[in-house]
Amino acid sequence: MKVAPGEFFLQGNEACVQGALASGVRFFAGYPITPSTEIAEGLAAKLDGKEGVFLQMEDEIACISAVIGASWGGVKSMTATSGPGFSLMQEAIGYAAMSETPIVIVDVMRGGPSTGQPTRASQGDVMQTRYGSHGDYQVIAFAPASVQEMFDLTVAAFNYSEKYRVPAFLLSDAEVGHMRGLLTIPDKLDIIGRKEKGIRRSDEAYDVPDELVRPFPVFGKGHRTMVTGMTHTDNSWIEPEDVKVHQELVKRLSEKVLRNRKDINKWELMCPGSKTMIVSYGSAALGAKEVAASDDKVGLLRLKSLWPFPEEPIAEVARNCDRILVSEMNLGMMYSEIKRVALENGCKKVELLSKIGGDPPTPSEFRHKLREMGVI
Amino acid sequence: MEIFDFYRKDRWPHVFCPGCGNGAVMNCFYRAFNELGLELDKTAFVGGIGCSSRIPLYINSDALHTTHGRAIAFATGLKLAKPELKVVVFTGDGDLGAIGGNHFINGCRRNVDMTVICINNNIYGMTGGQASITTPHEFLSTTTPRGNKEYPFDLAEIAVAAGANYVARWTTRHVHELTKSIKAALQKKGFTFVEVVAQCPTNFGRRNRMADPTQMLEWMRESSIRRDKAKANAVDHVDLNLEGKITVGEFVDRNRECYEELIGVSKHG
Repeated sequence: MKVAPGEFFLQGNEACVQGALASGVRFFAGYPITPSTEIAEGLAAKLDGKEGVFLQMEDEIACISAVIGASWGGVKSMTATSGPGFSLMQEAIGYAAMSETPIVIVDVMRGGPSTGQPTRASQGDVMQTRYGSHGDYQVIAFAPASVQEMFDLTVAAFNYSEKYRVPAFLLSDAEVGHMRGLLTIPDKLDIIGRKEKGIRRSDEAYDVPDELVRPFPVFGKGHRTMVTGMTHTDNSWIEPEDVKVHQELVKRLSEKVLRNRKDINKWELMCPGSKTMIVSYGSAALGAKEVAASDDKVGLLRLKSLWPFPEEPIAEVARNCDRILVSEMNLGMMYSEIKRVALENGCKKVELLSKIGGDPPTPSEFRHKLREMGVI
Repeated sequence: MEIFDFYRKDRWPHVFCPGCGNGAVMNCFYRAFNELGLELDKTAFVGGIGCSSRIPLYINSDALHTTHGRAIAFATGLKLAKPELKVVVFTGDGDLGAIGGNHFINGCRRNVDMTVICINNNIYGMTGGQASITTPHEFLSTTTPRGNKEYPFDLAEIAVAAGANYVARWTTRHVHELTKSIKAALQKKGFTFVEVVAQCPTNFGRRNRMADPTQMLEWMRESSIRRDKAKANAVDHVDLNLEGKITVGEFVDRNRECYEELIGVSKHG
């Protein structure tokens, strides 16, 4: 499925569909849920059986299971959901991490817990993305803040999931998913394909990035692959009782992501060197952008990726400022992580502007908070 | 193909207990597969969690050992992504009918081309003998110490009602009939389902005065009633063990168009 280059006026969720198609998605399984449904609808229109398969399934557990199954068939596969569906997917996300299956999961976040606010934005799933399944594992997650980034970071999610054989997430929200704006699709995109076992490519981008990532043995090609969620050796011997095998496997699953933080992490920096820096992401950062653009005392570090945790840019910012204001649409989830890194790196004060209920913090709410802090 | 070209000898010894019915099913499956001349490199085996769900890992082919209850959902994705593969699911009563019940009925309804073999031992064997959705009424288990007060599911009848293209049920006593049904299931397009009532002497028989596997096989022989005869007796099929009978036979054999054909799926990747 080729995507036509050019400029388009689209909804965020529609831009995600374009990004998935541009990345070469060949399988999508979904279940209707607000506010992510437009992604399923968009792909239902495009994946007609010949260009790829769209499947509406009985629940979100079935969806993510089928997506993992499809990935072992050798195709790029994804699902899209929101809070309650995302919670249902957690066990299988752990399976994807353990079996090192490249898949993309889009979570258009809405207010929780439980059914909460189906039509309103939130950033309440950031920790569920990182810790939602049992056991130790690492994932890759991006946080778009515009229609353009819904496209760009969907492509990034596909690329990094293939590169490191991990589940990758697009953590959008109802605000970004439903906003309309300009999307520019470039003539040429860097797309990373499946690094298949037994196929050597000259293209650098297809090479396994380091010794921690194994080539992917696609089903039906005579590899006689065994895939399991149980503790296993490199050649898939099930060894649930072997301490050493478990340690080596689980540490490698984390290390292959953590060691490549510099390759994965993305951010935007406005007015670096300001004594007060706002650290934010997704739609919570929209108001902060306006403040940083208009007030020279305030800078902004906008995180475009959340996991693996971008310690380096936060540490760099913390070393050069006096105080940090973290803004997010939950009661302080990334705040504790950001605060830890900032304090370790000499920043004196880390405050939180938290807003739940569905509306992103406005520029005037940022200014009010900054006045309280004595910054402006 | 010799049996140890089909099964991975290097994985022996297997995890199954002495007297377990899985061996008989594995033997019948090997025979059916071999006699049909099917190829291991063009087949993928999918399992969930449980004793029977381990079988794919013993077969010398691509194997996807998945999460509990979701084998059919995983298999659906795999089949639609790689339609040239033959996909076979091994599952058990708990995996298929309890935690995976929704995927089972929707799998039958969707009619994606795959063969599902459910080894129904009427108990959760791997976790030590808890009641399952097919434990007969009043039978004992570790979680029904006063006898099972619930009534069991009839998995084969559910598959018929939900739309599977082929449905059969046998016990491990019926090795010839079972082999024949597995062959029929493997040859038919669409969702095909073979249930095998199998003995678990360790965790089912031992608590129900059938500790010896031969006692369990004898129980199956005595309890089995052919479906045509059962019909004549107007047995209500929703209850597997109504009047203490296990209804066996072919339940349905039809040719609903399978999902891949309906959506015109072609090869990808």
